[in-house]
Amino acid sequence: MRGGRADFDFGQYAASSRLQHQAENFIPFRFRQTVTLYEFARGPALTASLAVLLAGTLWRLARLAARPAPPDLSAPRGSAATGALRGIAHRFWPHPRFGATIGVSTAVGYAYHVGLAVIVFSFLPHIQFIRQLTGLRWPALPDPVTYFAGGLTTAALVVALVQRRGDPVKRMLSRFDDYFSWLVVFLPVITGMALIDVPRGSGNPAVAVHLLSVELLLAWFPFGKLMHALTAFWSRGLTGAKYARRGALP
Amino acid sequence: MSSVQRLVERVGEERVAAAMAAFARDFTREAAVHMDACVRCGHCSHACHFYVSTGDPKYTPINKIAPFLNAYRRTAAPWAPLARLFGTAKPVSLTELERWQELIYDACTMCGRCTLVCPMGIDIAALIARARHGMFAAGLVPEDLGAVAERAELSTSPLGATPKVLKERVAWLEDEHGIKVPLDAPRAAVLVTLSSIEIMKYPKSLVALARVLEHAGESWTISTSGYEATNFGLLSGNRDWQRDMSERVIKAAIACGANTVIVPECGHAYGALRWEGANVHGAPLPFEVLHISEYLAALVEAGRLRLEPLAKSLTFHDPCQVSRRGGASAAPRKVLGALGVELRELGDHADAGWCCGGGGGVVAIKHADGLRRGAFRIKMREIEATGAELAVTSCANCRQSFDDGQAYFKWDRSMGSLLELVAGQLREPARAG
Repeated sequence: MRGGRADFDFGQYAASSRLQHQAENFIPFRFRQTVTLYEFARGPALTASLAVLLAGTLWRLARLAARPAPPDLSAPRGSAATGALRGIAHRFWPHPRFGATIGVSTAVGYAYHVGLAVIVFSFLPHIQFIRQLTGLRWPALPDPVTYFAGGLTTAALVVALVQRRGDPVKRMLSRFDDYFSWLVVFLPVITGMALIDVPRGSGNPAVAVHLLSVELLLAWFPFGKLMHALTAFWSRGLTGAKYARRGALP
Repeated sequence: MSSVQRLVERVGEERVAAAMAAFARDFTREAAVHMDACVRCGHCSHACHFYVSTGDPKYTPINKIAPFLNAYRRTAAPWAPLARLFGTAKPVSLTELERWQELIYDACTMCGRCTLVCPMGIDIAALIARARHGMFAAGLVPEDLGAVAERAELSTSPLGATPKVLKERVAWLEDEHGIKVPLDAPRAAVLVTLSSIEIMKYPKSLVALARVLEHAGESWTISTSGYEATNFGLLSGNRDWQRDMSERVIKAAIACGANTVIVPECGHAYGALRWEGANVHGAPLPFEVLHISEYLAALVEAGRLRLEPLAKSLTFHDPCQVSRRGGASAAPRKVLGALGVELRELGDHADAGWCCGGGGGVVAIKHADGLRRGAFRIKMREIEATGAELAVTSCANCRQSFDDGQAYFKWDRSMGSLLELVAGQLREPARAG
């Protein structure tokens, strides 16, 4: 493995890259004829994708919240608030009755969800990237953990796609959103995996491609099914609350 | 010409417009969030008796609401303008609605089993109920279900058990069985409602009811202006009829000052009054609503039922609207415990129980018979596997499905009534407590 990864500081790299670029191109940005792919990915593309992510997500959530919600006037048998929390929590695990039928599909789903979480939140360059954007920071896991998560996620995503095409029910239900959302999740994983042997701080265009793939994901997030990362909790909570009022468990 | 026929007579555009207008009323926050959260994993298929019994993907529960979802995505979803611009949500057509009639009516009993398995917790049964509003408005309710619903709206009973017929039945049962049924008492603590299926097909249920209430020393009545508990307005998708049918009972209960309304052995009747009644009434109900199994359980708890033990093995079929969607799974088990039977639970029971296949008005749809009977085989296998001597339930509609299955498959098992079982075990002298 090359590049002294443990000592790598993404922030320092990005800053030095910017300084180097500014030194070489003291002409103001708007007057330059060309920008590098990395500059584009790190600059306007990132800003635009984050803007779309934020505005689109807020719009979608606000529009859902704006739908009419007539009050339930029936006499409650249980607490809606407790039911909402329970509904959110207990659906993290499949109903025991259906373990045999949906177990594999659930395991595959868990594999890439957990894998993605590890990649995004435990890899040093990603933590540093997030720190630059938000100021938040936390310790990273050793690189091999992320590499393993990347391999697991890649495999699980491929299996998920095979299941979606191979299972008659999933195939029938699928539409553009399902395949495109799969693609925008798959691309950052693959392009990130391709960077394993690229020296950090090398300014390799592959880094820019990876960044662009992440930005595509961010920009698509509010428009497609990836939004279930937020709406899943809302949906589960609503049903949990409704049925807890009834003293029922679905 | 019936109401449904009048709806069908209109030109296609008017029917689609009527459906869309009805759909639009039902795009509530809950419906929107649920439709928005679906990731099309297809897990719900594994919970549906119609998918499991046929293996046909079209019976996947979330697929059954496709026109409703399509209308939402085109008109009310957060990105509806983009969906229209890019054509990702096509306009709902009459052809599409006609194609989905089978899936929205024949192939869904609104049992809610799919919600158990959904990782997003989507209440698909509730979405189906909403979708039926638009289908009814477009004149796409199945003819026989629509006719039954209209009969209930106009004559109070879906099966012709009019107030006159009820009075005649009560008089006959009083003579035949030596019971006393207080009709139209001016004041009573308990208003008892009935299912027309019981009145016409299982009259012994009324006898059992009278015996239990007499045994408990209850102050009760049946009102001839509000006795019908079934709600075919709800099942058919006619919101106005649903309200009318609930209001009859609500007004009757208020008129006699009842503090409790007992819903008979009928699953959807319980949901219609206990969980939907206040919402269609527009205010909290000034009385408690109890399913008969809950009422029996309350009597057991209060020590007001003195029962002869029953030394038999028995299995219990949970009506979906009372247990999974109604929250009253424990009540019948408490009653069976008091009877001392050996309860042999079905492989899937209580909240996870399989539907009999006839709920949601499906048993009233003739052309759904084949599909329904296929699904019923699941229930037959489960009951046979218990090896229990008796099988009982607390829903007359379920019993009707079982009777049909028994006759069609020449099955050597039959489904009884929990209420009738209890009434048969009452210990004399009659009055206790």
